[in-house]
Formats: sequence, C-alpha cells, structure tokens
Amino acid sequence: MKISDIQSLDGFTCLQSEYVDDFVLGGYTSDLLSDVMAHADEGSVLITIQAHKNTVAVSSLAGVSTIIVCNNRSATDDMLEAAREQGIAVFQTADNQFRTSVLIAQHLASCPAR
Amino acid sequence: MSDEEQKGPLQSSLRVQELIYGLKISEVMTKKVFAVSRNCTMRDVQHIMKNNGITGVPVVDNCHVVGFVSMNDLMNALEQGGMDDGVISRMSGEVQTLAEDMPLSFAISAFNKFSFRSFPVVNKQNELVGILTFRNINLALIRELSRQLREMEHQNEHPVEPTSLDMVKVYQLHRYDFDNGGQASSKIKKFLKERGVSPQLVRRVAVASYELEINLVAHSIGGMLSFDINESRVKVSSHDRGPGIADVDQALTEGFSTANEWIRSQGFGAGMGLPNVKRVSDEFAIQSAVGMGTMIRAVIHLKTGES
Repeated sequence: MKISDIQSLDGFTCLQSEYVDDFVLGGYTSDLLSDVMAHADEGSVLITIQAHKNTVAVSSLAGVSTIIVCNNRSATDDMLEAAREQGIAVFQTADNQFRTSVLIAQHLASCPAR
Repeated sequence: MSDEEQKGPLQSSLRVQELIYGLKISEVMTKKVFAVSRNCTMRDVQHIMKNNGITGVPVVDNCHVVGFVSMNDLMNALEQGGMDDGVISRMSGEVQTLAEDMPLSFAISAFNKFSFRSFPVVNKQNELVGILTFRNINLALIRELSRQLREMEHQNEHPVEPTSLDMVKVYQLHRYDFDNGGQASSKIKKFLKERGVSPQLVRRVAVASYELEINLVAHSIGGMLSFDINESRVKVSSHDRGPGIADVDQALTEGFSTANEWIRSQGFGAGMGLPNVKRVSDEFAIQSAVGMGTMIRAVIHLKTGES
C-alpha cells in the first residue's frame, strides 16, 4: 500500500498532498504525542485526533510519513503548512481511530510494502 | 527562531550562559569562609568584616549554619548601641543556603528571588563549605568569556570541517511557546543525519531532545536547551529558571504529570516525557530545587561499546 492509496479509501480527504509517495510500512494509533515519539515506527501512518503543528513536529522527528486525522477534526492552517514543509501527507476521515486503524491494517495486510 | 538569528552574538552569549550554567556552585564559590560561632558578639563580626572586606558572615554551630549577620544587621546594632550583643540576638535566623553540587543557574535564580547579597554554601551533610556572592559569579563569567574567546580564535585558525560532528549549539525556549517546540530537535536531527549517524541513534537523540524541549515549554518559566556534540557522544542539557520540581522521583515515574488541561489537550502531559528521556539515554542526570530551577542532562553515546 502506498500513501496515495489512502486517498482512494472511502471517506478520506487529502488535506496536504505535497509528499513523496512511498510505501506505508506500518501504522500507529495514538493521541499522546510522547507515546508517538517513543513508539511509532519510521514510515508509518499516524492515526490520531491531534491536528496541530506539534503533531507534525513529532511525526517528522519519529519518521512518520502520513497523518490521518480522525472524527473529521479540522486541521489548523499552520499544521498543514508545517506538514507541507516536512513533506508529510495529511488525510482527514469521518471515522474514529478504531475503525480507521482496522481499515488501514486490512489494506496493509492485503498489499504489504515488501 | 531561524538559523540566521542563532548565529553571531546571540549564539555566543547563549553559549557563555550555558557554560556558566553548567558549572557547579562548588567550582565558583569562595572556599575560604569567615564564620562566627554563637557566642561571638557583633563587634567580633565588625572586625571580621572590616579586616577581610566582606559584607556578610554566617553564624555556625558545629559546622552547621544557624544564622547570618549581614551589613544591615551590623548597622542596626551600631545605631542601637548593640555592638556588644551576642550575634544570636541580632542575626537573621532564617538562612537560605545553597548546596555545593547545584548548578550555578540555581544560584542565579536565588539571587533574583531573594534580596541577599551572599549565600552560605553547604555540602550533603549540611556543613558550611563556602560562600557565594555575585562577585564570584562575575569572575566565573569573565573566566568563561575569555575561554570562549580563545576557542573562537582557535576556530578561526582551524575551521571545522563540514563533515565534523563537533558542535555546540544553544537554543532559548519560552513558556507555552508550543509553536516553536521541536525546532531545535529538528535541526539537530538533520545535522546528525547528514553526517551519517545511524537512524536508531538519531531517533534516540531526537526523543531526548524533543521531550526536553517540550518540558521547557510546558513546565518551566523559560530556559535553554543546549547540545554539545562530538565524535563519541551527544550531550543534551536543559536548564531552566524555575519553578523547580518538588519531587524528582515522582517526576520520573511514568504516568505522573503536573500538566494542565490545555497542555493535555495538545497531546502532552501524559507523564511520559522524563521517563522517555531516561529510557533513550546512556547517561542521565537531573537536579532540581523549588524556586531555583531544574537541570537535566542526557548523554547518548555514538560509538558502541562505550555504554
């Protein structure tokens, strides 16, 4: 599964599309940024409701390539701008973190990166 | 803060601050202390002050500080004809002491907070071992400034190679400035990555540095984060001016946090910060005193086999 494949999933909107279209290597679901910082793997998608600039800072430091904002939370403009600078993709969905995680996990399982 | 702003005078003045903040009080204090015992008189104190050109004398009982006679106390005694009174009746009994192993930054906070001109310094056994005045701090500052100058001269003669890992960098952080939290860490991450440091090590440095950065922004009234990097290790230190941590063991317990609702709503304050820093560090040290500040140092070894 590549990052761009997320866009074609049902109910997903792309908020920040300037990214390198790499394979998604895994996923991490958390709203605690310190937890993301400590445990998210390089090349993962982050599934969260935290939609602000610090989410991007943590993602960039942890090597997270994509942020999925759940529950249709709105992303701040400075968040999207920071994400653009860092080349991190940002998507929005109406689903909650659980459903989104299941969906991404299923897609990862059916088309693994390696 | 952009890279441009960090260059030049600001960066080097921050650097000097970091150097003096990093010193311990014991390295800066006057070790030759004039003290009086409980049964001395104010006249004894006057002689000691006059003969040695000092402005305050601790009163000790068995090496323990029990009071302090300042120039003010002495002038009051003079005015009221109490020069033959025992020091016990005229000293200030509530003495603020400093511990010898505290970083100098704590002393600077203490000078700002209290109106004292000098502080008795005590060791772990609470025994008087020195005295710290602003003069000591000024001297240390001058010493570090000249060292800094020598280093700059040396650097001009031997410019650092672009691939070299040697770097000292200091960032200033302000309370609740979450917008800029993470910028220092990003720059350090980039610096290490460009020089071929392994992703695992870069990640550990990034975790330590980011958590310390967010800590300064979320919990301190402001402070500085400094990086001292060479071939063998990355040293990240955080110094702040307060409020200080009442119970350091508690602060190091996963899940404990003093963060407010707003900080929590931002995804911080889960009580993972300091435990995360400790977990990724090869060496970890923390010191804190309420009202004076907190110093945290995390070292990550870059060469295996040294840990």
